[in-house]
Amino acid sequence: MNVDFSWMAWTWPTAAFFATIFLMLVGMGVWEYVLPGGNPRVGILRFETTRGDRLFVSLLGSAFIHIAWLGLVGPNLWWALALSVVYAVGVFRYV
Amino acid sequence: MEKTLNNKAWFLVLPVLVLVAFSAVIPLMTVVNYSVQDTFGNNQFFWAGTEWFQELLASSRFWAAIGRNLVFSGIILAIEVPLGILIALNMPRKGWGVPVCLVLMALPLLIPWNVVGTIWQVFGRTDIGLMGYYLNALGINYNYVQNPIDAWVTVIVMDVWHWTSLVVLLCYAGLVSIPDAFYQAAKIDGASRWAVFRYIQLPKMQRVLLIAVLLRFMDSFMIYTEPFVVTGGGPGNSTTFLSIDLVKMALGQFDLGPAAAMSLVYFLIILLLSWVFYTVMTNYDSGR
Repeated sequence: MNVDFSWMAWTWPTAAFFATIFLMLVGMGVWEYVLPGGNPRVGILRFETTRGDRLFVSLLGSAFIHIAWLGLVGPNLWWALALSVVYAVGVFRYV
Repeated sequence: MEKTLNNKAWFLVLPVLVLVAFSAVIPLMTVVNYSVQDTFGNNQFFWAGTEWFQELLASSRFWAAIGRNLVFSGIILAIEVPLGILIALNMPRKGWGVPVCLVLMALPLLIPWNVVGTIWQVFGRTDIGLMGYYLNALGINYNYVQNPIDAWVTVIVMDVWHWTSLVVLLCYAGLVSIPDAFYQAAKIDGASRWAVFRYIQLPKMQRVLLIAVLLRFMDSFMIYTEPFVVTGGGPGNSTTFLSIDLVKMALGQFDLGPAAAMSLVYFLIILLLSWVFYTVMTNYDSGR
């Protein structure tokens, strides 16, 4: 059976984007396997978060950082990406 | 925490993963792919990068639609949640009145969206509609086809009529699950009606209220069929919500790239607000 995915209109940048998300989820799975329990803790937001919550907050926040950058600064998103990485590190460290 | 001994249980999750993949993940991936390209049909796509997102973020039409959506959802929640609680508190807990009330409450929920729209479209007409005709006969200048405020009032009243029942049924389920011992203890303590509501009934309804607020917010933020049938987004653009604008763009103008970019921003806003609602309400619950 020949499965045709051309209707999904794949491009290399979007494929790389989804591959990165997929690798992050695999990484979280491996992390959970090695250190089970999700490492729940109460951070600066003053409510309990697990590793999965922190990844979700990081990804959602990064999406808004990119959108805000596009709207307020311009189309060069490398700085937005750098800012998102810093933000994600901060979320995993302090939230 | 102990390590999970048997990881085979994960296989039980596979069917739902496959289902979600086909119903949500694959379509979402396709939307992401469309959002960075342009097409003129025939399955041919051209790279556009972030152009559609920039265009969208600079568009006053988009921000106006978001504003209308937020105002609509805010009004809907402010009316339906207190009204739903009030009705649920006054519904009978025993006897023949229970099934009668439950069936009456469930009736609006059983009517399809487009039928609800048609009912209110006819109901509000000034020539043949019961409401429209008699409001004008009473001297109230009501015309939802020409007046934006009348159009908004009609759409809001229609939504309240259609969906308050959902809040009522959820709150009622929360209320009937409260054991009689709670009320007896309150009576012994001489608690007022307000104290019973504030310290027994409201906390016990917390979880179902969370579901009600989330469902009503997401549903009202995605509303399409009813306002489309009643007002078609008019007069002018006064009731053009994001979903109506999105359909106009994607199917009316066949601008798949800009429509996909708009869908993604729309999706992210819903995701963010739902997460905020969920987090605030669940943590309020556990923090008490």
